[in-house]
Amino acid sequence: MATATAVAKGGTPSRPVDPTRRAQAVAGWVLALPFVVLFLAFTAGPVLASLGMSFTDFRRADIRSPLAVQFVGLSNYADLIQDPLFRKVTLNTLLYLLLGVPLTMAAALAAAVGINRLNRFKGLFRVAFYLPVVTSIVAVSVVWKFLYRHHGGLFNTALGWVGIDGPNWLDNTHLALPSLVLMAVWRNFGALMVIFLAGLATIPREISEAAEVDGAGGWSRFRYVTLPMLRPTLLFGAVITGIGYLQFFEEAFVMTQGGPLDATRSVTYFTYDQFGFGNFGYAAAASYLLFLAVVLLTYVQFRWLGERDDRPRRRTRQEVTS
Amino acid sequence: MTDVLPARPTTDLTADEPPVTGRRPRDRGDSTRTPAWLYVVLTVGLVVVVVPFVWMLLSSFKPEAEVRATPPSFWPETVTLSNYDTLFTRLDFPTYLFNSVVVALAVTAGNMIFCSMLGYALAKLDFPGKKALFAVVLGTLMVPGVVTFVPLFVMVTKMQLSNSLLGLILPFLAGPFGVFLMRQYILSLPDELIQAARIDGAGELRIFFSVMLPLCGPALATLGILTFLASWNNFLWPLVVAQTEDKYTLPVALALYSVGQNATQFGLLLAGAVVVVLPVLAIFLVLQRHIMQGIAMTGIK
Repeated sequence: MATATAVAKGGTPSRPVDPTRRAQAVAGWVLALPFVVLFLAFTAGPVLASLGMSFTDFRRADIRSPLAVQFVGLSNYADLIQDPLFRKVTLNTLLYLLLGVPLTMAAALAAAVGINRLNRFKGLFRVAFYLPVVTSIVAVSVVWKFLYRHHGGLFNTALGWVGIDGPNWLDNTHLALPSLVLMAVWRNFGALMVIFLAGLATIPREISEAAEVDGAGGWSRFRYVTLPMLRPTLLFGAVITGIGYLQFFEEAFVMTQGGPLDATRSVTYFTYDQFGFGNFGYAAAASYLLFLAVVLLTYVQFRWLGERDDRPRRRTRQEVTS
Repeated sequence: MTDVLPARPTTDLTADEPPVTGRRPRDRGDSTRTPAWLYVVLTVGLVVVVVPFVWMLLSSFKPEAEVRATPPSFWPETVTLSNYDTLFTRLDFPTYLFNSVVVALAVTAGNMIFCSMLGYALAKLDFPGKKALFAVVLGTLMVPGVVTFVPLFVMVTKMQLSNSLLGLILPFLAGPFGVFLMRQYILSLPDELIQAARIDGAGELRIFFSVMLPLCGPALATLGILTFLASWNNFLWPLVVAQTEDKYTLPVALALYSVGQNATQFGLLLAGAVVVVLPVLAIFLVLQRHIMQGIAMTGIK
């Protein structure tokens, strides 16, 4: 029977017309069409247009007469690398990432492991720690700007209680960026915490219990059971947080306007500024370098954290896309 | 790029179980082991997380002189509504509120409709180009908004839509996140329903709209809430497109006030922050179950 079918199929050059298959194909594209049109126009198109624009001297005036735009090759990118301000904002962005990701991960992991051990009020803490995540960065920046005030801010008042004369957080070139990072940790750790809690829930209790029977203490169980089992989740959390932090902008816009002395100006801020000056081609090039960093970060973190992970639970492309 | 997506099992909602219903056997086995210090530490964390919001709310009811006082008061000594009065009568906050609501609702509706359509097609239908389409959509999931806003601005200006609400809405009407979320959910629905409907002679589109879509309630709720929140808090694009005050959304207005001529009116700005934050916190507290479910389902906020 199977052989006969195979022979019969082999004999016909094209598949026999199946009305269900054709109906499905038509329906599939009909359902996909509205999304695809919007997606091509407002996402995929602009991603490519931005790349194209980065090789030109497109300026604001050229919106009316796009034919005047000159192809300039890689010169926007060459100028960016030479631009001391772009170097500074790149450094600021990297610093924000390098400070922010570990701190956010640590806070989120501590909160998740702590909440996971509770037998009461789990939901209360989870919801409370998640609150800042849903709020507007602009709004919390307005609030934190006042918390950070030199005189009369809540932080320096609290420091005053223990006899410390608090600094002018946002007006100090060394403290401004870490101050923004601190707020970002406060706002974002809840998002990671929820992801880590989901990861912790997948660790079979028996493994931890077996380690306990073997005499492993609380720290050993965390270090040698929980952390390795959580590796894929940690990796994912690091990537997601890193991608977000590479794009920081709103907190700097509201709290410091990029100052003092550009100490908190980010790559996104730089792009926004260049856009404001009308240098669209230059802005597009800067944004593409940021995009490159996002792609690179994703890749590097997967290599670094993923490679040492030899367990079969590792997520593969097939699992995701199938 | 597709690698960053987690393959989180759609059925794994263990993290979502509230403690009241979540009394499973393994919790009970653990019940003697929660040390008291853990509650203390977590409570300190809770205070740190909540105090900025409480202080924001309390200070928004203080007169300007009290907001500026050194040392600052925590509880208002004089309670006044003057900050809110200024926002809504002297400044144009009703307009910003209206703009924010209209944009967020339109964006939410668009994503719920278009993403569920494509999500269903990708999950349950067989059509040429399906795999490539899914790969392309997923590939853009991590594209930063800053990468597209310059050409988008040129395009929207060409379409005569800059400084209009439509210009704020259109680019966000259909996003890759929603497709991913809906597809993941619909994959878990049984194929037998579709086959039975086909045997009964229902057309493919009818199967989607009458049989499958009504079953997508939980995923649609999650998508709707998350999209609404994202749109409500969206900043860079509205900042670029809204050029006159009557097109500002709330975050744009608040940010520009806080760096502009109202930068020193602390009480006023804190009241503005309350207007931006409070609706979102209320939505979250009422519907947090759906939000947590969405995160458990996709791993992405």
